[in-house]
Amino acid sequence: MQFRIVKKPEISQKQYIMILLTAIVLALITSGLFILILGLNPFYVYSAMIKGAFGSTYRLEQTVVKAIPLIIVSLGIAIAFKMKFWNIGAEGQIVVGALFASYIALNYGEAPRALLLVAMLGAGFLGGSLWGLIPAFFKARWGTNEVIVTLMMNYIALKWVTYLQYGPWKDSASMGFPKIANFTQNAILPKLLGVHIGWVIALILTAFVFIFMNYSKKGFEIAVLGESSNTARYAGINISRTILFSMLLSGGIAGLAGMIQASAVSNTLSVEISGGVGYTAIITAWLAALKPPWIIVVSVLFAAMVQGSSFVQTAFGISAASALVIQALILFFVLGSDFFTKYKIAFSSELLAHGKETKK
Amino acid sequence: MNTVLVIAFLKAAVIAGTPLLFATLGEIMTERAGNLNLGVEGMMLMGAVMGFQVGYSTSNPLLALIAAALAGGAGALIFAFLTVSLRSNQVVSGLALTIFGTGFAGFVGQGLVGLKLSEKFSAGFLKIKLPLLGDIPALGEIFFNHDILVYIGYLTAIILGLYLYNTRNGLNLRAVGENPAAADAASVRVTRYKYLHILLGGALCGIGGAYLSLVYVPVWQENITAGRGWIAVALVIFSSWNPYKAVFGAFLFGGLDIIGFRLQGTGIVISQYIFAMIPYLVTIIILVVVSFKKDRKNAPPKSLGEPYFREER
Repeated sequence: MQFRIVKKPEISQKQYIMILLTAIVLALITSGLFILILGLNPFYVYSAMIKGAFGSTYRLEQTVVKAIPLIIVSLGIAIAFKMKFWNIGAEGQIVVGALFASYIALNYGEAPRALLLVAMLGAGFLGGSLWGLIPAFFKARWGTNEVIVTLMMNYIALKWVTYLQYGPWKDSASMGFPKIANFTQNAILPKLLGVHIGWVIALILTAFVFIFMNYSKKGFEIAVLGESSNTARYAGINISRTILFSMLLSGGIAGLAGMIQASAVSNTLSVEISGGVGYTAIITAWLAALKPPWIIVVSVLFAAMVQGSSFVQTAFGISAASALVIQALILFFVLGSDFFTKYKIAFSSELLAHGKETKK
Repeated sequence: MNTVLVIAFLKAAVIAGTPLLFATLGEIMTERAGNLNLGVEGMMLMGAVMGFQVGYSTSNPLLALIAAALAGGAGALIFAFLTVSLRSNQVVSGLALTIFGTGFAGFVGQGLVGLKLSEKFSAGFLKIKLPLLGDIPALGEIFFNHDILVYIGYLTAIILGLYLYNTRNGLNLRAVGENPAAADAASVRVTRYKYLHILLGGALCGIGGAYLSLVYVPVWQENITAGRGWIAVALVIFSSWNPYKAVFGAFLFGGLDIIGFRLQGTGIVISQYIFAMIPYLVTIIILVVVSFKKDRKNAPPKSLGEPYFREER
């Protein structure tokens, strides 16, 4: 049978959501088969995951704690990706943000709490934006491939923290164990409704990024540049400055997440501070179509998956890496599903009927 | 430093560079077809874990390598289907593949952590000194006294170079990467070329990963590739999509990878963690240098990253 691919007219929001849901269901079925191969009942595993993520107040809180950095970092990534600047360096930006904030926390730990925390947030933003500006500068100046540079910066950031952890910043009170000293009470973010206050910061940032992307001139320029650099040039947009500014924001926001993780979650700086959030956030940002409100939804679901899979790990002995596999499968299917929102496959009989339509 | 130490260091650089060489050659093949597959790290991990799993359970080096190539190829198949057939965004598809590969390796490898391959297996990768070539002073020891995979690496680079620059099919492949519409008009089967070379490229990445788990380490450890897949992506740019230059780049980075460890014994007091930054730092510097001297000969394939859609030409 002959077939060819033809463009679809614009589809409605409802059709779009249907295609998206189909993709997610197919991804879950595929992961289900994967679980089945392991000799487990996928329904048990899935329901255990849901229980593990939402089954008790404690678990729910843990899910929220895991969602907070994901939301914040996804927001940062969305700004860069909107410009088609492939910032794969959020991981490093988180780490350097945490590093800068930790410097303040470790040296001025006795400062008044509010002042200290604000200084740490500022330092976190500064560190992340610095780490984001370096590849942005190379890209703006010489067109250097940002994918690789941002990625290499991740490794450099991690090695740097490792160096500090094993060397100059090693806690002398830890009896030789390579760890950095814990923060003072003043350097730890307070809790609100059972979860550290990072969730409020995440919500504020979501609103900020939403307004910035949709209602500000700079946000508009970023979107235009992402569509086409030629259009941007004709429209008189300063491309270099736009790249630098958006990466300052993108990296800075990731740096804030680093500060929050260091302050509220681990109470110190370590190489595990980010734990892959910088990469997972790429998936969540993309799945949310770079739209801030959706970023919250997708991030909470992904956090639930991570929290749920760590529960499943103890209950069924499945590796926590299973969460990564399921996440990647969902991304594969959603990426693939995009095709069906833009194109359709026309078989030969249909082609004859719509001959005129496809020729134009 | 004396000569013996230098020779030993350069020899070790070749070994450390071999996984990079396979992955770089694989990615060159992929990008020559116009597809930017950022899943190298993922495919290497898939190859590494499947190679180790099969090597551990069968003690058969050949089967292990085949498993690794198939695993890398399977990862590439997902990427090819998404980007060639479904025209998905190549950057995000590649990243998704890396995440998938990392999860897959963590998953399959959870029972393998710390296990060691049998001596019978490792006997398949003993050093073989090549006749004649191996007797050249210094160079013989550095380049021609290695296990068989290192030689296969050299051969792959030469074969890929000859294929790209001296055969009809290689010319077609380059045409597909430069201008798929023109290649299509000249009745080159664009989709077939893309699929085939993406798959073969993935298989090479799988073998590169397997070199780490089967020969270089050879104990299974989580995240065994440690970012080498990404360095390979950068090496493709460094070698300006040329397989011969890739050999040089891979060994250079192999050297950078081990220099910190090697200098430990020589009394130089710089933390090994600072040295561990060097390959990544040098990658950035090289990319920046390459990017400000742009010329046509060293330019990437023109359609790199763009999906090809016949109806839109």
